[in-house]
Amino acid sequence: MSTTGRSDGAGSAAGDAGSGDRSTMALADLDRAREHLISDHAVLRMTETEAEQRSGYQAPTEEGLGERMIMNMGPQHPSTHGVLRLVLELDGELITRSKPVIGYLHTGMERTGEELTYLQGPTNVTRMDYASPLFTELAFSLATEQLLGIEVPERARWIRMLMCEVNRLTSHMLFMATNGMDLGAVSMMLYGWREREELLRFLELVTGLRMNHNYIRPGGVAADLPDGWRDSLLGALDVIPERLEEFDTLMTGQPIWRERLQGVGVITSEECLSLGVTGPILRSTGMAWDLRRDMPYLHYDEVDFDVLVGTYGDCFDRYAIRLGEMRESIRIIRQVLDKMPRGDYRIQDKKVTPPPRARIDESMEALIHHFKIFTEGFKVPEGETYASVESPRGELGVYIVSDGSSKPYRMHVRAPSFVNLQALPHMMADSLIADTVAIISSVDPIMGEVDR
Amino acid sequence: MADGAEDAPGVELLHGVPVTRSGSQVVLHPDRDGYPELVDQLRSAGFWVCADLCAVDYLTYDAPRGLPVGVDAERFEVVVGLIDPSSRQRLRIRVQVPGDEPTVSSISPIHPSAEAPEREAYDLFGIIFEGHPHLSRILLPDEWEGHPLRKDVPVGAIPVQFKATREIRS
Repeated sequence: MSTTGRSDGAGSAAGDAGSGDRSTMALADLDRAREHLISDHAVLRMTETEAEQRSGYQAPTEEGLGERMIMNMGPQHPSTHGVLRLVLELDGELITRSKPVIGYLHTGMERTGEELTYLQGPTNVTRMDYASPLFTELAFSLATEQLLGIEVPERARWIRMLMCEVNRLTSHMLFMATNGMDLGAVSMMLYGWREREELLRFLELVTGLRMNHNYIRPGGVAADLPDGWRDSLLGALDVIPERLEEFDTLMTGQPIWRERLQGVGVITSEECLSLGVTGPILRSTGMAWDLRRDMPYLHYDEVDFDVLVGTYGDCFDRYAIRLGEMRESIRIIRQVLDKMPRGDYRIQDKKVTPPPRARIDESMEALIHHFKIFTEGFKVPEGETYASVESPRGELGVYIVSDGSSKPYRMHVRAPSFVNLQALPHMMADSLIADTVAIISSVDPIMGEVDR
Repeated sequence: MADGAEDAPGVELLHGVPVTRSGSQVVLHPDRDGYPELVDQLRSAGFWVCADLCAVDYLTYDAPRGLPVGVDAERFEVVVGLIDPSSRQRLRIRVQVPGDEPTVSSISPIHPSAEAPEREAYDLFGIIFEGHPHLSRILLPDEWEGHPLRKDVPVGAIPVQFKATREIRS
């Protein structure tokens, strides 16, 4: 497959579509990685209360540890992307052990999901990962549809793909902006936000909202693409590629940028697998694992795109991969534009989707269906299922248990950021405090989905 | 997702562990004692990644549970999702955990990725994972009492923490 060496001056992210390193990886390597993760003592096992009480100077202990200091970083620190708090154990400037403390945004959204009908569900889950809300809606809808045993119309699937890839672009733009800002490239923040705005305008045109769209719903999508959607999107797509070139000029080849990122926060493929880490972080280590290609959903098996991988698993690779993935997303969007079929944007099943507005005026039955769907909700056969999609941050899964009523009995979201944060202490071990910000930024956690 | 799962090498190894299907997804139902061993065997068989772990409280569930013959339904269930990256397959494990003694072995020593999800299941459901390196609350504050995702905790029953505004008003 083709190689896209442009996004990274050092050739660290090469295009790859083969099975990557998986064939050469052995269980023994995985065991070694697990041993290392346990024996590197990177995780500070200490409760929040203890961390508060013990913060400050730590006298040398019998275990041979020298003088240490325990420091609380966050949860208000502007570089911790929302309300992430880190408890760091320091040896001078070096981090010895650390622990992410989460839960500051916890509002029991999984429990809220049990109180909402399947139709109301997307309004809840869309608020989890607020930088890429359409992906959680998609995973929720796919899981519900699996339980219902329905297939959504072709057009709805292609619309879902289109919207998700645009959303991936906005999410990675946000990463570019915050990653730049975290490292002191403040102008990058402005450029990232500006480009994101171009695409948010398109999302707003289609869904009516810039974020928390509630657009992808069980049975299809909320509304058909509006008049002028194609021109609006093409207008944005014409500008973005040259702006990505500008990102390259501004950052990729720049010595300060490279000095700050290369060799920082290194992690290996085996460690990623042991820690359940997915998404750009796993791909930065050289393992080509992308659910869009490896376990295709929607029509991802009918479009051409490369799964980008890195070599070193450091912050620079993770940056380069996200930059490259934006180009791949544009490639996918252009193909979707060519293949977008005509037809229904949601399934015409009276038990699942409301009837068209005009039908309500003439049909009593349609009125009843409409009333039932919006009051009681539609019933979903009992069972349990798991559906997963490749969000900009990794595998995003939704596990639903249904008891045959119109509300999920249990709804669990496998949030990629929640799992990816487990890698943070291992990436930060023996690095400088100054690098923590670069490392947190490269993990790109969204605290809304971490805390749920 | 896992079409033709009958031929999956992982499944054939698992004699004695009942298997059900949920659509095309393969679900294994080990008993509580055999569960960590099974996870370890599956890991050796290629299921290298523990993608997800969560708990379910079946206290008020009325519908049939879809359990195979010989597996007794208990109040709690621990649900684990595994991935085999080389053959691109998924497996799900459902372990029954009784309500009066909600303990189960931790799989964190086998899959370090289960550490945070197990803490979450402990935090929200009160399931004790034996052998976990540091089982503590993760989403709720340390001094929180109870486990709010259990079905016997009604929604809205827990007073909201932020009382300051109310105090100022009164």
